[in-house]
Amino acid sequence: MSVQSPIVNQKSKIKLYWPLIKSSQTGLLLATGIAGYLSAGTPIGLLTLLGMSFSLFFAISGSTIMNMWYDRDIDAKMKRTHKRSAASGELNHKEVFAVGMSISILGMGWAFIIAPLYGLVVFAGWFFDVVIYTLWLKRRTAWSIVWGGISGAMPILAGRVLATGHIDLVGILLTLAILFWIPTHTLTFSIKFREDYGNAGIPTFPSTYGDTFTRATITVSSILAALAIGWASMLIGISAGYLRLIAVLTAGLLLLAFATFQVKSERANFGLFKYASLYMLSSMIILAMKAF
Amino acid sequence: MKMTTLDRLLLLLTVFLAAYQIVVGIDNLSTEPIIAYTIAFGVLLLAGLLLIILGFEVLDSPVVVIVSTIIPLALSLGLIWEHLASYRTLYLIFTIIGFAAVTLTRAIPMQNKLPTITIAIVHGISGVTIFLLPILLSVQGIMKPAFALVGIGGALIGLGGLILSFFRTGHPVFSKETILRVFSSLLLLATIFFVAGFKLG
Repeated sequence: MSVQSPIVNQKSKIKLYWPLIKSSQTGLLLATGIAGYLSAGTPIGLLTLLGMSFSLFFAISGSTIMNMWYDRDIDAKMKRTHKRSAASGELNHKEVFAVGMSISILGMGWAFIIAPLYGLVVFAGWFFDVVIYTLWLKRRTAWSIVWGGISGAMPILAGRVLATGHIDLVGILLTLAILFWIPTHTLTFSIKFREDYGNAGIPTFPSTYGDTFTRATITVSSILAALAIGWASMLIGISAGYLRLIAVLTAGLLLLAFATFQVKSERANFGLFKYASLYMLSSMIILAMKAF
Repeated sequence: MKMTTLDRLLLLLTVFLAAYQIVVGIDNLSTEPIIAYTIAFGVLLLAGLLLIILGFEVLDSPVVVIVSTIIPLALSLGLIWEHLASYRTLYLIFTIIGFAAVTLTRAIPMQNKLPTITIAIVHGISGVTIFLLPILLSVQGIMKPAFALVGIGGALIGLGGLILSFFRTGHPVFSKETILRVFSSLLLLATIFFVAGFKLG
């Protein structure tokens, strides 16, 4: 009889939990938070920046694990997600809940200790994601993505609030930029995996309103995201060179959004999906340049 | 033809160089050349990104002919505006008409050789401008010798654009495989010459 050592056990547990935090998505949201902080151009407090990064990472990861915990039944019905350790039963769902809540409380608690207003924004993000989006609306209406979007927009606002100490116009514009960017990302995704969502009985824009309306929504939200990013960039006062770069990247986003609406091909859809993430990451790096 | 990791790496470097040129490489110029160069390097940057995301298959799109015309037209317009003030209006008109002509002859189905001839004229004039003007300015001592590198970059990108355009119009000079094998390197090399020429010249 072989007995697994505790270290091996721990390692395999981490392996099972890691996909539950959706590292790419969490990383991108964390990048928006850091960009929000650096965009203020205030002196960088290394300890504050580290504290913000860890607290945000834990809060976002915790909410994502909570999402995986609650959605394990529908994840099990979808080809794309059925192998996730919460859906496949590899992890005990009570344990997933406990881990998700613990990490969430750690992240939000840490955030409140750093600064109460910052903590409040981080909590709002967690609440919109877990309670409003996941528990309440995701299975009821295609419009749940708006709340998912608001939740996803909280890290950048949190970062900005931590640096400035209050909610300002730039913070609101950056929040709107992420809010309007998220449909570009999620709707292209729901077009690509429409069958999966259909099997799980999740209402999506393509299944509720059809492709044309969905693609039109993607185009409009891309335009709004671009306007918000552009306006915020000018208010932040980034250099003319970086403004030109943002304009070029934005032109790419708009062209692809229009192409997706016009061409209606999977290829254009996939291109926009990938480009939208690249666009957001690049924009965040450019906004963060304000600090240097 | 599948894109290799090396191709992606070369394209990524092209994207970074084009971004550098947009951000800092053209900062001290007047408004019009800045707009022209931003368009040229912006198209280069976006083309690189889309190639990385979608692969070489994106080159099969009919839009490629039009897009590959923007780069030499915008670059040559920037150069003319900066260095040949008396030709500014004339060249601006040529740029607008040339671009419109390429777009129209690609959008309207035609059986004759007009689309090919139009592309040859537009690419030819803009390509020769990008190639010769920087070299002449360097030789005459108006610009530093290194500015001639812009001309070499222009020759390379003009060549790439022309080959690609003829390929798309159904008159391939080289096989598709040959073009794709060298495409990423050609794009990077041309961008390196441009950035170096503008920086050192």
